Amino acid sequence: MSKAAVLAPGSLSAPANIRRSSARVSNRTIILVCYIVFLMLPIYWMVNMSFKTNEEILSGLTLYPHNPTLRNYAVIFTDPSWYSGYINSIYYVTLNTIISLTVALPAAYAFSRYRFIGDKHVFFWLLTNKMAPPAVFLLPFFQLYQTVGLFDTHIAVALAHCLFNVPLAVWILEGFMSGVPREIDEMAYIDGYSFPRFFGTVFLPMIRAGVGVTAFFCFMFSWVELLLARTLTSVDAKPIAATMTRTVSASGMDWGLLAAAGVLTILPGALVIWFVRNYIAKGFALGRV
Amino acid sequence: MDMEWMAWTTPTAIFFVCIALMLAGMTVWEVMSPTVEAKGFLPMRTTRGDRLFIGLLSSAFIHLGWLAATDVSLWGAFAVSLAWIALVIRFG
Amino acid sequence: MDKVQDNRAWFLIIPVFLIVAFSAVIPLMTVVNYSVQEIFGPGQTFFVGTEWFEVVLADERLHDALIRQIIYSLAVLAIEIPLGILIALGMPGGRSAKTSLTLVLLALPLLIPFNVVGTIWQIFGRGDIGLLGATFRAIGIDYNYTNNSLDAWLTVLVMDVWHWTSLVALLCYAGLQSIPPAFYQAAKIDGASKWAVFRYIQLPKMRGVLIIAVLLRFMDSFMIYTEPFVLTGGGPGNSTTFLSQYLTQMAVGQFDIGKAAAFSIVYFLIVLLFSFIFYTIITRTGEGEKK
Repeated sequence: MSKAAVLAPGSLSAPANIRRSSARVSNRTIILVCYIVFLMLPIYWMVNMSFKTNEEILSGLTLYPHNPTLRNYAVIFTDPSWYSGYINSIYYVTLNTIISLTVALPAAYAFSRYRFIGDKHVFFWLLTNKMAPPAVFLLPFFQLYQTVGLFDTHIAVALAHCLFNVPLAVWILEGFMSGVPREIDEMAYIDGYSFPRFFGTVFLPMIRAGVGVTAFFCFMFSWVELLLARTLTSVDAKPIAATMTRTVSASGMDWGLLAAAGVLTILPGALVIWFVRNYIAKGFALGRV
Repeated sequence: MDMEWMAWTTPTAIFFVCIALMLAGMTVWEVMSPTVEAKGFLPMRTTRGDRLFIGLLSSAFIHLGWLAATDVSLWGAFAVSLAWIALVIRFG
Repeated sequence: MDKVQDNRAWFLIIPVFLIVAFSAVIPLMTVVNYSVQEIFGPGQTFFVGTEWFEVVLADERLHDALIRQIIYSLAVLAIEIPLGILIALGMPGGRSAKTSLTLVLLALPLLIPFNVVGTIWQIFGRGDIGLLGATFRAIGIDYNYTNNSLDAWLTVLVMDVWHWTSLVALLCYAGLQSIPPAFYQAAKIDGASKWAVFRYIQLPKMRGVLIIAVLLRFMDSFMIYTEPFVLTGGGPGNSTTFLSQYLTQMAVGQFDIGKAAAFSIVYFLIVLLFSFIFYTIITRTGEGEKK
């Protein structure tokens, strides 16, 4: 099999637009557009509010800020705990994504290629951890990380988030890997590739869209999780979303500030998805999630 | 490392040792004579490990149901569960 | 694809096994230990046997929370799954800028931290300063999610739909993308109706991802905590107090650790049961497709 043929599964995409006949298209598109408007309205409202003064917010409903102000953002950016909040969050999320991918890649390969004692049961056990309510684990987690001396460190949050991200990563990657024909592995071994070399130079490039999608999901679930992150940190590794609650409760119900803080916590996620959008589209086009 | 917060008790320790032994035993059994998927009275094809898991999970609910419904000693539920697990593993 | 029997594959699993076991097994064991004891503080514990389990199983408020939870999760599924499919069907195919933009916009709610989702809806729903609340008042509906139980419950539900339907839509979209164009051409030649195409081509292809979507949405909604906590704090009354809220109140608020641990185990067993049923269905569906 030639190299080009080997790479073929990654470059397959279905130009599937034949299905749409004109009348029905518009109906479905209308639903889609309506839904996106429904998605954007609450976000717009928060962005809108973040540029208003509190007087304007409380004095009546205005659809756009009549006296746009940056005061809310100024308050946030002059407070040093905000910078560290951002850096903490991004630090542990990145750490978690790297750890999850590193351990999940070989495991997903094992699940997609081999049968071994207890394989199905281990796979199911991994999935149950994705389904375990974090509230169940809060107290023992706190104790555990305190005992091993990791409390209030970034690695603690990264490890704790592995509880649900590693199973998810294994699950998604296994799907992508099963889409790669076995013959490719065998060819590579016959050609004298060692396992690490085959995995790094042949196999990984073939499923890179899948790795991208997996990394995105890991980033996403680690970024949005707050319960564990807040339990395992106090000062040094406090996540941005927790900083937000504290800043707000300390200053009473300052709606403008609350909105600005919310906008700032949405931004990193929005940026990430904007940069990986093509990978996601490609990963989804492979049809293996 | 101080692990006192784990608050071990004898009964729970015995419980986990039993689980560990069961897993080890199943692994050894599997190595000696690999299981074959078979269809018993359960609605799907199962391996031995599947049937053990189903047996254990349903036993947990038998215990909970027993606690909720009766004041009789929990050993009753335990006996019922053992019989049930044996039944599932043999005929499931 | 036939897999090769090779127990050495375990070496590839070991890192995952260790990392997850560290975070899962030790805390789970600890919870089991707590559940049979009265905990006053470190080192001050008394063995109480199964007493906590009896208390938890007889707890009326817990029964209510469980029923509320099940109704809520079913409502979430009943709305999000069909809506997600509809949206996925309307998404542009191919690799155009339009597709990318749609994907980005749809995925945006998924990337908002849970507590900020609560904040967004808090701001959006309030009668005095929120667009939604104010609109309802303007057209004469007495809407107030902080006082009215039904309004609060509905707001939490709509918030969940807003937050998570995109996930269902994206998964279904992935399933739709895996359909070869030849299928549609064949259907067109046969003069198949839109409904027939959906029923006999699109739906079967989406079955795998749909079960994943149902599983994820059921489990996540069954564990919902942060969003309603921020939005309603579980109130008014107990109308939006779901299992996780109740559990956290018990463990953190009342410091009833033994009882909370027993509750955790019952909760976990329920989740485990549902997971197992769903998982069995998923794997069996996979087998059916191969044949």
